[in-house]
Order: sequence, then structure tokens, then C-alpha cells
Amino acid sequence: MSAKLRILVPVKRVIDYAIKPRVNKAGTSVETAGVKHSMNPFDELSVEEAVRIRERKKASVDDILAFSAGPAKSADVLRTAMAMGADRSMLLEHDPEKEGGELEPLAVAKVLKAIVEKENRNLVILGKQSIDDDSSQTGQMLAGLLGWSQATQASKVEFDGESVNVVREVDGGVETVKANLPMVITTDLRLNEPRYASLPNIMKAKKKEMKKITLQELGVDATKRLKTVKVAEPAPRKGGGKVEDVDGLIGKLKELGAI
Amino acid sequence: MFSAASRQALQSFRATNFPCLRIHQHCIYLSRSLSTLVILEQQEGKLNNASLSAVTAAQKLGGSVTGFVAGSNIKSIAEEIAKVDGLEKVISVENVAYDRGLPENFAPLLAQNIKDGGYTHVFAPSSAFGKNVMPRVAALLDVQQISDITEVQSEDTFVRTIYAGNAVLTVQSSDPIKILTVRGTSFAAAPIGNGSAAIEDGVDPKAEALTQWVSEDLTKSDRPDLATAGRVVSGGRGLKSKEEFDRVMVPLADALGAAIGASRAAVDSGFADNSLQVGQTGKNVAPELYLCAGISGAIQHLAGMKDSKVIAAINKDPEAPIFQVADVGLVGDLFDKVPELTEKLKK
Repeated sequence: MSAKLRILVPVKRVIDYAIKPRVNKAGTSVETAGVKHSMNPFDELSVEEAVRIRERKKASVDDILAFSAGPAKSADVLRTAMAMGADRSMLLEHDPEKEGGELEPLAVAKVLKAIVEKENRNLVILGKQSIDDDSSQTGQMLAGLLGWSQATQASKVEFDGESVNVVREVDGGVETVKANLPMVITTDLRLNEPRYASLPNIMKAKKKEMKKITLQELGVDATKRLKTVKVAEPAPRKGGGKVEDVDGLIGKLKELGAI
Repeated sequence: MFSAASRQALQSFRATNFPCLRIHQHCIYLSRSLSTLVILEQQEGKLNNASLSAVTAAQKLGGSVTGFVAGSNIKSIAEEIAKVDGLEKVISVENVAYDRGLPENFAPLLAQNIKDGGYTHVFAPSSAFGKNVMPRVAALLDVQQISDITEVQSEDTFVRTIYAGNAVLTVQSSDPIKILTVRGTSFAAAPIGNGSAAIEDGVDPKAEALTQWVSEDLTKSDRPDLATAGRVVSGGRGLKSKEEFDRVMVPLADALGAAIGASRAAVDSGFADNSLQVGQTGKNVAPELYLCAGISGAIQHLAGMKDSKVIAAINKDPEAPIFQVADVGLVGDLFDKVPELTEKLKK
């Protein structure tokens, strides 16, 4: 491919996927203090894919820039991204506790648009959703704001001359779409198997650049559009106990009117 | 009632002066003129069922509801949609360019029709199509979309789940246009009745599709659709291989007339197609019966099935978290229990 790839991989710090979140007593949010956080699993796939694109050498990669917006501790997920192979990173500090909740997807998309323009990016790879908010919007919004092609829920990305072929997970199977750069891709779980950062790479990542940036510098208005009325625990579901054998199972299902 | 012309004027006034929505004394006056557009999804001339759940969600608001559909040979689908009870109007755009729902041209199409129609609310299914296209529409209209809603509380307040269904968020929008995608399993499909909505041609901005659709590979099946099936049997890592999955789960599904689902572990191991994945990152199902075997019940899986009416689980690990939510659990080796169950159900 003649155009050199300048990749942006936005990553988000979220409560670790294996943790069962608890709603706080005030019913205003999920308890985050003292809870294990890590990189959003879909974003690990984005970083991995960016690094693999470089390794496969089908396309020439100029650089891979990781970005995160969130509390100061988001620096940790950027370090992880750099240990996996991102060249440098940018952090927009935004503390949800102090600033009335986290940035909404539309605001993040606007921030990313500003970064794309400032850093002259031509490929953005995002996770298809963050596992905390579950909105699944940012990539599509960014593509819309930029007027770029989008390929969401990608399970395969292949460079073919000037164009990119992307296999997308859709209802009922997969579809393949083809687009030219610049474009936005969002990752599906089946895209790849993210690598573990090795200790030497973690050490090297400490020397890589992490630039701090602010909303003001980017000139982005992040006024919230949504107000949280409340956050509640879902209606509990209690198990109905166990049966001894298959006949017991069938009997219980009949009793419950399920068969 | 307002004449059509004054309603039009009011709508465009509201679209440009949205802060008036927040002025309380005007609310009653304005709520009479809520006007909703529902995006209906079609694939190769067939209406997607999840779209009809979006119609039901839209009707919860009150106010007028208009359907929207685009693609080639769209007239027959538009006529089908016109029969849905409660729809006042159907807007159709005939153009082969919209057949594949490519967001680069579909989003400008929707944005234009939403602006021109002065709609206050837009509902779309939270399907792969809705997820792909609607956030792009929202960005074009500078609106913060609310995804995958499970409840409509009022014209600006909606309920959705976050953290893989482990918390329920009620959220209030201050946007002039509310863009919402609807969780299909939370709203019944609107019946295709005897309605006779007027069919009108929409505006076609003919935006360029930057992306080219190349091909698709859909899983062909005579089984009920997973997302809307009344019964689902689902297998997990415990099935061990694709051969065993097919040997054990398919006859059970046949015996029950059920759709087949799978956990992420089963999909990742290649036992089942990705489109069958149930969970936070797959499909949400809420059937009458969800019968699973060899699934431990990770929170990401529970997110996709815990609204099922009856949950039954077969697992050899008595401590598996699935038993905490199952209405009926059987501890045992699925390779013995599932075939036995299948045989006994056939009788």
C-alpha cells in the first residue's frame, strides 16, 4: 500500500471484565473505588490488531498512537498499550468523580476527531463497545463526524493494495466490506488473540512518550446531554434449586409450563 | 387539533428552538405534538422482526408514529408496514443503494429525513444494522444516542442496562431529538394488523457509499431465529468439540423446536457459529425456556439470557454460577443427561 498508515488506537480503562460490579448505596453509579480495573477487552484487540498490521507488513505502518480519556490512572492502560507495541500515547485526564460523570460517547468521538486531525491519522481502530457503558457508539460516531468509511465488529482485516477488506460480524453470520483509507474499524472478539506484554516490553514502555492533553487544547465542547436519574441493581433472579435426574428435570419444566 | 401546516411549523420551530422543551408550562402543549420516526430494517425484501419491537417501544410515548424503510423494490415492504396498527404514515425511499444498510449512505439518508420531518424521537432496532448505522446518524445530528433501551419512562427518560446487565441505568436526555435503539426482547413485536397508514416517498440525498459491500456468508437454518425464539437450547465449553456439540445439542433443539445458542467459550473454540453467541457481546435472548448445558454462567453470558422466563441448566459442577439463576438445575454429565433428556422429550 502506498499510503503509510498512521494508526490511532483509543483505549479505555474499565472495571475488569471478571469482576461483578456493585451499585453504590446512593444509587448514582457503580462502585469503582478499590475495584480492579484493566483495559477494555475490545481495546486490547484494537492494539493487538494495530501491532499485527505492522508485523504482517502488508501495509507500511508509520506509527501507532494509543489514546485514552479518563482518570489519571488511565495512564496504566496506555502503558499496557505501549508494552503491547504502540509507539507513543496521549492521555486526556478527565476524572468522572470530579467532573460529573465520564465523557459521553459523542464527546469522546469529538475528542478523537480532534486528535485524528491534530496527529494526521488515517486509520482508527476502536473496540466495538466498552464493557462498562455498553453503548457501542464511539467508532460509528467518529466515522460520521469525520465523514470516513466505517467497518464495525470486524473479525478480519486485510490490506489489499489501496483498499482494506473487512469481514464484519452481523446478525446471522458475516459480511465482507471493502473501503479505502482513511477509515474507522471497530473490533469484534474474534478478530485476534491479544498478546501478553513481556517484562522487557513493559520496561521499554516506561520510556515511551505519554503526552498529556486537555479538552481546552483540543477545543472540544463536552457538555453532557444525558443526566443519570438513577442506577439500580437489576431485579434479582433466584435459582429454583436442583433436581436429581432427567425425569425430575422434565417434571419441573412441565410444572413451570416451559414444555 | 392543529392543521397539518401548523403542525409542520410547530415541528420546525421546535427543531430549531429546542430549549423550549425544558420550559415546563410549554410541556403539555408540546407533548401533544411528539412525533416519532421508527426505522424499520429489511433484508432482501423481508421485514426484520426486531424492527416491530421498535414500533411497540415508539408507541409507548404517545404522539404520532411514522415508519421509515429504504431499499430496492421497497413498495411491497412499505405496504406491509402500513398495516402495522398505530402507524400513521410510512416513509419509503426506493434506491438499491440502501439494500445493504451501509452506514456511509444510510446515515445521511436518515439524518436528512429526520431533519425534514421535524421528528422529536427516532427509534431503531438494536440489531447489527441499528448498532452500525444509528450512532453515525446521531453524530450527524449532534445527538447523544441512548443504546439498547429496555423501557420508555417518559418522552425524555429511558432505561437501559450497563455493565453486562449488572446495573440498570435510568437516563434523561436533554437533546432536541432523542435517538434510541431498542432491545428487541424487552418489547413485544407490534402486530401486522389492518392499519392503513399513508405511504409517502422520503427525501433521498444520494450520499456516496464510501464502503463497498462485497459478500456475505449467513448461517442457513430452518430453526427459529435465536433472538426471537420461544425456546433456546444453548451449549458451552463443556461440549468439548463441534462434532459433540452437533451430536448432542442439535437433536435436543429438534425435540423442543428450539433455536440453538452458544456461550462465547463454545464460539471461540469453534463449536458453534459466532452468530449463535448469547451474552453481552452477542445476542440478548428472553425465551420462554432457556435450557443450557455445559455453560458455567459467567456474568457476560448471564447478561444475554437472564430475562428468560424459565432457565434450566445441566452442568457437572454443582458450584457453577449458572445454578444461582436457573429455575431448575441438574448436576450431571451432559453427555449422558442431554441424550437421555432428548429421548424422553420425544416420547
